[in-house]
Amino acid sequence: MQVYADAQVIWWLLLGVLLMGLAVMVGMDMGVGAILRSVGRTDEERRVALNIIGPHWDGNQVWFILGGGAIFAAFPLIYATAFSGFYVVMLLLLWTMIMRPLGFEYRSRIANPDWRGVWDWVLFVSGAVPMIVFGAAFGNLFHGVPFHFEWNMTSYYTGSFLGLLNPFAILTGVLSLALAAMMGALTVMNGAEGPMFERARGIAQGGAAAAIALFAIGGFWVRALGGYRLTGGPGPGVPQTPLEQSVTVLPGAWLANFGAHPILWIVPLAGFGGMIGALLAARAGRSHLGWWLGAAAWIGVIGTAGAALFPFMLPSSSNPSMSLTIWNSSSSRLTLLWMIGFAAVFVPLILWYTSWAFWVMRGKVSAETIARDDHAY
Amino acid sequence: MINGTVVDLSRIQFAATALYHFLFVPLTLGLSFLLAAMETVYVTTGKPIYRQMAQFWGKLFMINFALGVATGLTMEFQFGTNWSFYSSFVGDIFGAPLAIEGLMAFFMESTFVGLMVFGWERLSRGQHLAVTWLVALGSNLSALWILVANGFMQDPVGAAFNPVTMRMQLTSFQKLIFSPDVQSKFVHTSIAGYVTAAMFVAGVSAYYMLRNRHLDLAKRSFRMAALYGVLATIGVITLGDALGFVAARVQPTKLAAMEGLWRKEVAPMPFNVIAFPEQAEQRNIGKVQVPAVLSLLVTHSLTGTVPGIAALERQAVGRIQNGIPAVQALEALAKNPNDAAALAQFNAHKADLGYGFLVQRFAPDLNNVTPAEVQEAARDTIPPVAAVFWSFRLMVGLGLAMLAYFVLAALYTLRNRIQKKTWILKVAVWMIPVPFLANEMGWLVAELGRQPWTVFGVLPTWMSASTHSVGYMAFSLIGFVTLYSIFIAVEMYLMVRAIRLGPEEHGGSGDAPPQTRPTLAGRTVPAAAYGNKLEG
Repeated sequence: MQVYADAQVIWWLLLGVLLMGLAVMVGMDMGVGAILRSVGRTDEERRVALNIIGPHWDGNQVWFILGGGAIFAAFPLIYATAFSGFYVVMLLLLWTMIMRPLGFEYRSRIANPDWRGVWDWVLFVSGAVPMIVFGAAFGNLFHGVPFHFEWNMTSYYTGSFLGLLNPFAILTGVLSLALAAMMGALTVMNGAEGPMFERARGIAQGGAAAAIALFAIGGFWVRALGGYRLTGGPGPGVPQTPLEQSVTVLPGAWLANFGAHPILWIVPLAGFGGMIGALLAARAGRSHLGWWLGAAAWIGVIGTAGAALFPFMLPSSSNPSMSLTIWNSSSSRLTLLWMIGFAAVFVPLILWYTSWAFWVMRGKVSAETIARDDHAY
Repeated sequence: MINGTVVDLSRIQFAATALYHFLFVPLTLGLSFLLAAMETVYVTTGKPIYRQMAQFWGKLFMINFALGVATGLTMEFQFGTNWSFYSSFVGDIFGAPLAIEGLMAFFMESTFVGLMVFGWERLSRGQHLAVTWLVALGSNLSALWILVANGFMQDPVGAAFNPVTMRMQLTSFQKLIFSPDVQSKFVHTSIAGYVTAAMFVAGVSAYYMLRNRHLDLAKRSFRMAALYGVLATIGVITLGDALGFVAARVQPTKLAAMEGLWRKEVAPMPFNVIAFPEQAEQRNIGKVQVPAVLSLLVTHSLTGTVPGIAALERQAVGRIQNGIPAVQALEALAKNPNDAAALAQFNAHKADLGYGFLVQRFAPDLNNVTPAEVQEAARDTIPPVAAVFWSFRLMVGLGLAMLAYFVLAALYTLRNRIQKKTWILKVAVWMIPVPFLANEMGWLVAELGRQPWTVFGVLPTWMSASTHSVGYMAFSLIGFVTLYSIFIAVEMYLMVRAIRLGPEEHGGSGDAPPQTRPTLAGRTVPAAAYGNKLEG
């Protein structure tokens, strides 16, 4: 029982790491897509921006795919319930995300300005929309979403698409977009020079400032939201269905974990610290430092959400007692243990070869070299 | 209960998106190895033509790869969005190989593909070669883990239903990954990808030879493709035979449908080369048979037999009757988890739980199931025979045609007479779509032949779908069809354009011809990459 409970918590933490990886790595590429049209005024400049992330976006995107696979493997009930419940939102996410590889690969293969113009818009949409959806999904976790289960675990989602566009979710969606734009701009600063560097510097500061404001507003707002509290049930490490627990909803309960363990305040503080640091670093033109501080900001923001929600993963607003928690939605002990083994071997390996790939491709990209190259994006 | 139209629309959407995804994946699997082989020759012999080959085919590889990645995103999430019950019911087992695929394979493939494309100037020859091999290894490992997941749907081993959690749980990871279905299907499917790439490269090279363009590159590529094609088609047919042998044991209904076998035949069983299965009447209208071949194929002996559809339906009746008390016991356990009698009843009948679920489609109230409803459910255990029968024959026929073609092509190319045999070259161009069609047929045999189950014998398709409205499903289906149609048009346009332009000046910024070698400090995007006006 204890081993199972530990495995559940480890997988919850691992999922957090994967979501942070997704936010930092995919967020940076999507940020570049979202700011492409403003950071690059000419076709040449836009190609510079695209070629800065050109060698990496493909690998980075796997953080997203792996995130999906890990939720499926470790928390199948979350995968099943959330993705079917958020159907229209998921379609929005998928349809915009599947345009993105084509935007990268196909845009620069034909020199026609109309062709490239269309793909520039595709890259904008496929950068901005998924980041808003990603953030809004977190916002909706705080609200809870209306779903319930039948006796045999068939899930029913009873809300509408518009219900997912509530003000708090919009706030978290825009926060996510602001952080992505900041990271995208810092990435452009890392790889570009001259006017593009200056424009990106402005965008990075703007993104960071917006993120600081939105994160602070969100913090105050969450005190007024109804939070969920687990009041009974089989608890950690016990095989169960989501029909066996009791949950109450009370205002401010999302801050209860912080009240019980004040040390957790370090996490949102790290988020603020990262954002403020990234802003200052961008202003000073020190984009590499800014990028790492921006990554710390993402870790702080996602960590804050996780610390507040623990042990909830997908609260049900229509039937709070059927809320999905770490304890009732995880895979079996055997699956979790096998998957911990695989993650322990491969996550460090992934970090190692990803770092190597970035190291190989380090340095600045210039318009002249792209223009000369037949292959570049 | 889930609306039947929603289930049908979910199935159509899954089949459409999977078949579409599967247009791009096999070429990635096979071409990645061909690229690695070409580059290996370049590194070992130092002949620049092989570098030019690796870069030119690499360019076409990337056009294809982009859509494979894009449509793969849909597949990764569609189990959750549209097959919600399936995902929660077997996610404990099925999710693991998908996550491992990301961890072990897809991450490696995608990270190194960036270096493969952008790293020509930045990496040493040996390093770049290693990167290309890692891409090939990654894509093929990726196929392995996807097929481990699929293998569980075909032959659910290593798992058991847990009444406490109301879902299937892993009992043996080793059994899951070493399932015989997985082993033969992985090799069969990945080699089908090699066949696809061989035909693609042979066809495009033949196109150049017919027009007297890029002869050096085309001749060398054609020869490599033809030899690769001979070996791969032999492999794909051998492993296809092994798969049929496995199916005879674990999926007798699929096998009976593949062969149009309605009633028991005496050994040695004849093989229906041509027949027109009539499902309602349970017979074939008109048939051409070869004696004894079916016994040889599916049992690897002259005395073996396999049951016909009529016998399989009779077996299903028994299993349905045994499965009903299992579902009833589960309902009781859901109300009271401590009901010992219900647990005992469940344990006595659990082997046929899936059949109990199956009959609920026809008899929602299990307390009043009529014999007619049981019969109806038993009939439902048989997949659509004509569709499976013909998909199978088309796949096999195309496979044999490709084998014949590759043998001929290899003979002439090895004797250096291929350019004189223009008819062989012309046929090659027309053969390009053939492996793609055969791959799609293979998917249909495997997945249509699995019906009416999502997990064979364990979870019926009708229960597996998400509880969406018809409107939602129509919306998403129309969206996917529209987007995917645009994508394929763009992809085909770019692919044909890149092939027409050829290795000299295809793609990229055609408006920016090379002037000087880059000498700027910092990162220069490789001028040498792909196009190649250089050493070649």
